[in-house]
Amino acid sequence: MGKFVGKAVKRREDARFLKGAGTYTDDIKLPKMAHTAFVRSPYAHANVLSIDIEEAKNEPGVIAIYTGNDACGEFGVPCGWQVDFKNGETMREPAHPLLTKDKIRHVGEAVAIVVAETLEQARDAAEMVMVDYEELLAVTDPKQAMEAGAPLVHDQWEDNAAFDWCIGNDRAEVEAALESAHHVTEMEYRNHRVAPNAIEPRSYIADYDVNADKWTLYTSTQNPHLIRLLLCAFVLGIPEHKVRVVSKDVGGGFGSKIYHYTEEALLTWISREIGRPVKWTSDRSEAFMTDAHGRDHVVKSKMGFDKDGKIVAHLTDEYCAMGAYLSTFAPAVPTYLHGTLFQGVYTTPLIHLNVIAPFTHTVVVDAYRGAGRPEATYLLERIISKAAKEMGMDPAEIRFKNFIPPFDGVEEAGYQTQVALQYDSGDYHGVLERGLEMLGYEDFRKEQAKAREYGKLLGVGFSSYIEGCGIAPSAVVGALGARAGLYEVGHVRVQPTGKVSVFTGAHSHGQGHETVFAQFVADKLGIEMDDVEIEHGDTDQVAFGMGTYGSRSLAVGGSAIIKSIDKILEKGAKIAAHKLEAAEEDLEYAEGKWTVKGTDKSISFGDVSLTAYVPHDYPEGLEPGLDFSSFYDPSNFTYPFGTHIAVVEVDSDTGKVDVKRFIACDDVGNVMNPMIVDGQIHGGVVQGIGQALLEEVVFDEAGQMINASYMDYAMPRADDIPMIETDRTVTPCPHNPLGVKGAGEAGCIGSTPAVVNAVVDALAHLGVTDIQMPVTPQRVWKAMQN
Amino acid sequence: MQITLTVNGKQYSNDIEPRMSLTQYLREVLDLTGTHVGCDTSGCGACTVSLNGAAVKSCTLLAVQADGGELTTIEGMANGNEMHPIQKAFKEHHGLQCGFCTPGMVMTAANILKDNPNPSEEEIRHGLEGNFCRCTGYHNIVKSIQHAAEEINN
Ligand code: FES
Ligand code: FES
Repeated sequence: MGKFVGKAVKRREDARFLKGAGTYTDDIKLPKMAHTAFVRSPYAHANVLSIDIEEAKNEPGVIAIYTGNDACGEFGVPCGWQVDFKNGETMREPAHPLLTKDKIRHVGEAVAIVVAETLEQARDAAEMVMVDYEELLAVTDPKQAMEAGAPLVHDQWEDNAAFDWCIGNDRAEVEAALESAHHVTEMEYRNHRVAPNAIEPRSYIADYDVNADKWTLYTSTQNPHLIRLLLCAFVLGIPEHKVRVVSKDVGGGFGSKIYHYTEEALLTWISREIGRPVKWTSDRSEAFMTDAHGRDHVVKSKMGFDKDGKIVAHLTDEYCAMGAYLSTFAPAVPTYLHGTLFQGVYTTPLIHLNVIAPFTHTVVVDAYRGAGRPEATYLLERIISKAAKEMGMDPAEIRFKNFIPPFDGVEEAGYQTQVALQYDSGDYHGVLERGLEMLGYEDFRKEQAKAREYGKLLGVGFSSYIEGCGIAPSAVVGALGARAGLYEVGHVRVQPTGKVSVFTGAHSHGQGHETVFAQFVADKLGIEMDDVEIEHGDTDQVAFGMGTYGSRSLAVGGSAIIKSIDKILEKGAKIAAHKLEAAEEDLEYAEGKWTVKGTDKSISFGDVSLTAYVPHDYPEGLEPGLDFSSFYDPSNFTYPFGTHIAVVEVDSDTGKVDVKRFIACDDVGNVMNPMIVDGQIHGGVVQGIGQALLEEVVFDEAGQMINASYMDYAMPRADDIPMIETDRTVTPCPHNPLGVKGAGEAGCIGSTPAVVNAVVDALAHLGVTDIQMPVTPQRVWKAMQN
Repeated sequence: MQITLTVNGKQYSNDIEPRMSLTQYLREVLDLTGTHVGCDTSGCGACTVSLNGAAVKSCTLLAVQADGGELTTIEGMANGNEMHPIQKAFKEHHGLQCGFCTPGMVMTAANILKDNPNPSEEEIRHGLEGNFCRCTGYHNIVKSIQHAAEEINN
């Protein structure tokens, strides 16, 4: 550990945000900028019979109105991941048009866009666009979508399946093991659909400069380079080197801002049509209708145990909604980000998961914080807790019994799962032990028993999670259907004065990269943090990048930067050796200088930097300059893990669940900045509690989302949540230079089942064995009455 | 319509459309983009400002309703380069991540502490009820406000 790494260094990005001086996309105003409003379908499934824009065109301030009948109607956004059917049939990938001209497939699908001088004028004119629809029957539930006679989302195919998929051991073998198991626990439930809800709505400005024949797209994305690539090469067919994508301050993402959305491409196209900059900012209702949602799995599962409570087999069948089209990463979420985690932290010898992924008449579903891994964890952690109750075991004991023994991935090999992955390093006992200590388990059980005597319902719930992060080794994901590599780029430019500019392809939308990256760069070079600047979010500045999601920024992006620093130190040593008239092997680098071992002869990093740019007295044949860019492609995923414990009190009159305590003991590998890691855990945990208790996207029969506003969609507020008690163990990642595993999603992955387990525990003596999320007072009350 | 009001100690007079919201006025006319918009149903609090000493959600007011008023926005909280104790506490205790809810949180915190200089955790949480944060889980926001209260009281 150096001077900065491992310390709770305060964030340098905070000053601008706290003064209201951040630059979010909607804050940007360009000269002559036009504004837009969409005409969106009020129906989930309909034929568009006609679109009449004549009257609207004459409204004041209108510059243009486009529909799918214009040239933009030929374009569509692609999917970034291909998962073919088990029988070899290619994944069904429908065209996803920028504007729809004939068929509506979800509420909010855009049929026209009005471009006007002001936002009000655009909105007024959009009201005047007349669209004739013929409403059709819709299906929003993924299981119902596969029933015979279900309305078809895309009628070129005979049913609604986009693909099906399976992973693990041979199904017959797993079924046989379940047949002969001592005990089998079964569950059927829905891991319901939720809305990511970054507080900043999506916002885009496209600016085409006719003289330079270049575009600038300002966009609230987690992923500027990938957006540029998709936009140029796949959607509009415009040259990539003519487009600059800028994504500076972004107000939260949680997955929903990874994807390439139709609006981004449409605005880019319009800007050239009208020769002016053009802006669109989503309002919240539009966000609910058009931002990718998360989860939405219908699950049926069986887990078999021997008489000692050891898992012998696990079989699950799921229907996982894709929505109306295939969003950028959608096919990967219920498959490679989900099924590959079915080993959990247990030694389960036989596993089989079968997935059917149907289209539904809803907005697309894609990765939402955790992406497939929260769904896997929810299943494993609920079913093992349910099994413990059924077999009269303690929920901690059954976990200890089934844990994979500790391994460091260096002396002991990584753990090969039944579901394709090899875990890097882990100590699953350790985090549960620590969690139990934090809880004071024995005392809690006594308190619980006593409380019951007074009619007070207390419960505790556990969750021992693991996740696959640091996404991802390119060749591996390529073999699994990814249409992109998932490496990262880190460019380190040492200025002649020894100041350092770092350019990263990772993207910060709240994670604090400007601070954390500077911490390890400064330490590695032995210089001050003030001498290091971190740049991100501008494709003209940064060579390339794959953005931020899947807890990958440090594990992959950080490693790329370290690679470049290594190159700098290697070249610097040559220059230092020349200046010190010593052999390179005799030098050591520490505290910002090269020293001849055993002497006081040294030269500073700053002097070497200056020499590199003023190479008068310089090693022969060596290029001037100190500037390196590196691509880092990880050799494996990283596997953070942890124990989450929830203590709840259920109101016996109303059924309201109150989270009394929440304990998170996580292991995210080495920690660069504990303050930031804790912050990531807090936020994730609360999102997970939100799904467990409050949040759900609800559709009516016709496919309308009936709670599409902040008045109706229940996100956690400050008074729904207790303080989060955090601690951690540290099991370094053995395969990346910083030893980090990633912390962005952990909170959201571990917390949900812990809360639901706690509710079931509180009600267990009433005979309650399961309860559907979100665990609303009504559901609890009903469960108590039965 | 002509309106005249004081924002962060400076007087402005503008001719605006009657239907313009106070948020839009601040963001579009005065270029004070620190006041954010997170929703359209007054549910998120990102747009919170102080009007005549009380915290209001500027998205639910028309600019004309603020005519003659005295406003403070997030841009007016610091004293030159010296941040307000609440701003300092947010930085010190990591009360923000993406920063989008932050201006509203700071303005609401100021309102909580104005009415109750020594709030309990519960009172702080209750006072933040109208503000969404999707990043921090509120933990460090509550902590920041507790520390700001101490700082201001000392
Ligand atoms: S923008 Fe005002 S409350 Fe959401
Ligand atoms: S800091 Fe991102 S919404 Fe609060």
